[in-house]
Amino acid sequence: MKSAVVQLPGLNRDRDMITALTKISGHAPKVVWQTETELPDVDLIVIPGGFSYGDYLRCGAIAARMPVMQAIKAKAEAGVRVLGVCNGFQILLEAGLLPGALMRNSSLKFVCKEIKLEVTNASTAFTGAYAKGQIIRCPIAHHDGNYFADAETLKRIEDQQQVVFRYAEGTNPNGSLNDIAGVINERGNVLGMMPHPENLIEAAHGGSDGRALFASALDVIAA
Amino acid sequence: MTISNTRAITPDLIASHGLKPDEYQRILTLIGREPTFTELGIFSAMWNEHCSYKSSKKWLRTLPTTGPQVIQGPGENAGVVDIGDGDCVVFKMESHNHPSYIEPYQGAATGVGGILRDVFTMGARPIAAMNALRFGAPDHAKTRHLVAGVVSGVGGYGNSFGVPTVGGEVEFDARYNGNILVNAFAAGLAKSDAIFLSEAKGVGLPVVYLGAKTGRDGVGGATMASAEFDESIEEKRPTVQVGDPFTEKCLLEACLELMQTGAVIAIQDMGAAGLTCSAVEMGAKGDLGIELILDQVPVREERMTAYEMMLSESQERMLMVLRPEKEEEAKAIFVKWGLDFAIVGKTTDDLRFRVLHQGEEVANLPIKELGDEAPEYDRPWTPAKVSAPLAEDDIPEADIADAVLSLVGSANNSSRRWVWEQYDTLIQGNSLQLPGGDAGVVRVEGHETKALAFSSDVTPRYVEADPFEGGKQAVAECWRNITATGALPLASTDNLNFGNPERPEIMSQLVHAIKGIGEACRALDFPIVSGNVSLYNETNGQGILPTPTIAGVGILPDWSQMARIRFAAQGETILLAGAPDTLGSHLGQSVYLRDIHGRSDGPAPHVDLAHERKVGDFVRGLIRDGLVTAIHDCSSGGLALAVAEMAIASGIGATITIPDTAQPIPALFGEDQGRYVVTVAEQHLKAVQDKAEAAGVSMPVIGRTGGENLKLGEARPLSVEDLHDAHEAWFPNYMNAAE
Repeated sequence: MKSAVVQLPGLNRDRDMITALTKISGHAPKVVWQTETELPDVDLIVIPGGFSYGDYLRCGAIAARMPVMQAIKAKAEAGVRVLGVCNGFQILLEAGLLPGALMRNSSLKFVCKEIKLEVTNASTAFTGAYAKGQIIRCPIAHHDGNYFADAETLKRIEDQQQVVFRYAEGTNPNGSLNDIAGVINERGNVLGMMPHPENLIEAAHGGSDGRALFASALDVIAA
Repeated sequence: MTISNTRAITPDLIASHGLKPDEYQRILTLIGREPTFTELGIFSAMWNEHCSYKSSKKWLRTLPTTGPQVIQGPGENAGVVDIGDGDCVVFKMESHNHPSYIEPYQGAATGVGGILRDVFTMGARPIAAMNALRFGAPDHAKTRHLVAGVVSGVGGYGNSFGVPTVGGEVEFDARYNGNILVNAFAAGLAKSDAIFLSEAKGVGLPVVYLGAKTGRDGVGGATMASAEFDESIEEKRPTVQVGDPFTEKCLLEACLELMQTGAVIAIQDMGAAGLTCSAVEMGAKGDLGIELILDQVPVREERMTAYEMMLSESQERMLMVLRPEKEEEAKAIFVKWGLDFAIVGKTTDDLRFRVLHQGEEVANLPIKELGDEAPEYDRPWTPAKVSAPLAEDDIPEADIADAVLSLVGSANNSSRRWVWEQYDTLIQGNSLQLPGGDAGVVRVEGHETKALAFSSDVTPRYVEADPFEGGKQAVAECWRNITATGALPLASTDNLNFGNPERPEIMSQLVHAIKGIGEACRALDFPIVSGNVSLYNETNGQGILPTPTIAGVGILPDWSQMARIRFAAQGETILLAGAPDTLGSHLGQSVYLRDIHGRSDGPAPHVDLAHERKVGDFVRGLIRDGLVTAIHDCSSGGLALAVAEMAIASGIGATITIPDTAQPIPALFGEDQGRYVVTVAEQHLKAVQDKAEAAGVSMPVIGRTGGENLKLGEARPLSVEDLHDAHEAWFPNYMNAAE
């Protein structure tokens, strides 16, 4: 399957993401600049992490209004898989592609460390290579990962199994409601998550728990 | 408000620019007339201590700066060292002490921004950062606020820019109450045949301004950084710059993209003293004049004067000399990244530095002499200070278990997790060892097995007690920490933080520390390739502890052989490489004396450089042969803390046996140099011992890993869990007590 990585000024885990996709799929993803309105014909579009436009307004708010996002919306509506990681998750929320919001961490501090994730829904296009209830390791690095949604929305996404990843074993690093770390849309083709699976894919990272996510999303056999 | 260029030059005005009467006289002699107001500003920027190194230059020249691995030594934006396969590592350390005390978040943030810019100005993509931070006593009223601000500033900039912070130091001492230290290190990777320098070439070529707009922030910052502090410090807040990591990230990408096009002839970032220093440096190095037309400088404030534009320290700006035929291509790249691009002048053949503003020539100075003729002082210094040795029977007793528990949970030896979890340590996906070990290790992208190790070290209490030995020790410890990962130390950068050099006893510290650093760098083949000097770190006449921070880089040919500090398994043999018969002996200036007994007397430990090298080369060989399972050097807190840290990092206990001939306190807490705790699996023990004997390295067996307790000689066993909890508790407890 073919993939593309979106580049916006201020994103800084784009190179990590490109490396991960290349290593796992064997093909380098296409790179899409923020002003592009025509997207290449790919099966997976990834918005990586970072600080788009410095996060000087709200995280992801400016990026969500750039031309490329209209094109991504159209692709998502056409069923193309879209993955937003960290700032990418924030951008998808600001663009209205996913429900809820991400607030400042409850500690009010940036936090970078490894946490545990529970795969709460293993029947999505992104998590098929995991087992439901599986606990995986994953790094995080963010200042605004505190997931919030109003009670009605929260009930809906819980009822519909839209919560895909939860912080596990007491490792919730940011105060997220219901320990939510990753959320998928109703249709099941747009996933946003705060943790960074792209930073845990090989021996040099000390583990490869993140690999199965990309293997699922790219329909490659998990190595 | 506008400041006229015709402002009268009075003695008060000269003094407020940090220029001494004899220095002003030197200006008059040099240009044969009274300078304009803008010219006075230019001289003050070029001739202050921060930019001219006028007190330290004589001594800096004595440092070893060359070696087969060195591609570029001091004098450029950063040093460059060959790492093979056509790749090189570009690195430097620089202080941002004064601004960080005045405004901790922005001071620290722009310190990080400045050093990153130094690295990518040379064509390197930054791959690692470190920070050596020193704060006042924990109970000083300002300390918590400064720690919180500096740490979030370092993180705020580095995290957003996207460089992993892989190491550093955080220390507390009352001597930094009025002057904290923020020393920022950055390293980048480049191709050895694509290094960019600041030397301008060619007459009549465009001088191009790139990056962020110029504002009034930081006007006179370098002059401020060259003066002592007093009560008026709060008034200096406007001289601190404001950082914008987003713009810097865009500037990085735009510069690297532009460099690919072959358009760049010369490049210099605008750091201290902004446009003035960068333009003069580019011209003077290339034996060319520079003409600047300030009306074309992108500004973000109205009615800025020539004086302000020349002295602004607004961040995220670059100056370049470009090939004229590539101008459009270059401009397109900068427009793409949303950055300013303006031709602000040209190179000339008259060796003058001419500045035009609103049709008026506001400065016309000889460009070479601005740098070359800066004053240089051979300041008087007193003989070396050496503390008297402790009496042989002066071994103050304490309960060993209590002392270890207290030290692992003390302000200066507890875990720094609270700090480094606020830094992105993982970005770029190449981090192999994070803070908390002996050195940070980062994979070399594009290479299957190669990695680089980074460490930053100095023990200021040793330097205070004996500047010469302390200088040696800072180098040796950095070299040792890099060695302990299995890496070969390649080269280093120095950040010399001292008090007022006009006081002979401070000058003595500087002179002797540099002599010690030089001797150690020569003995260990660890040349200094870049650096920075920060003097006048004094408040109301009280100087800081002399703090010559040494940061170094080493290379691991194969990271799969890399060693770590954590015990690998139960039941392994523990040895102490480089140990004297008594395991340890030197209690002078130890943290045991300081933190358990409230004493800061005795001499600094002696560093035997031949021993250091022999033991270090030997243990590196063991690591590379795959014979050791864990390794940690002995530093502050001696053997006891080294073993405790290895246990804490792994959750595995250990039993240490102290020979009957040794006294437990000096054996466990002595800070003798050149020692490494090493663990070896049973099947390799004989081979390791044979090799040690053949190499003439003492390496007694001192114990075994295993169990859940740490047993040090006859002392009460300590549970590793209790040690861990004490180690992790201090920092969060201290910081949370603020609320």
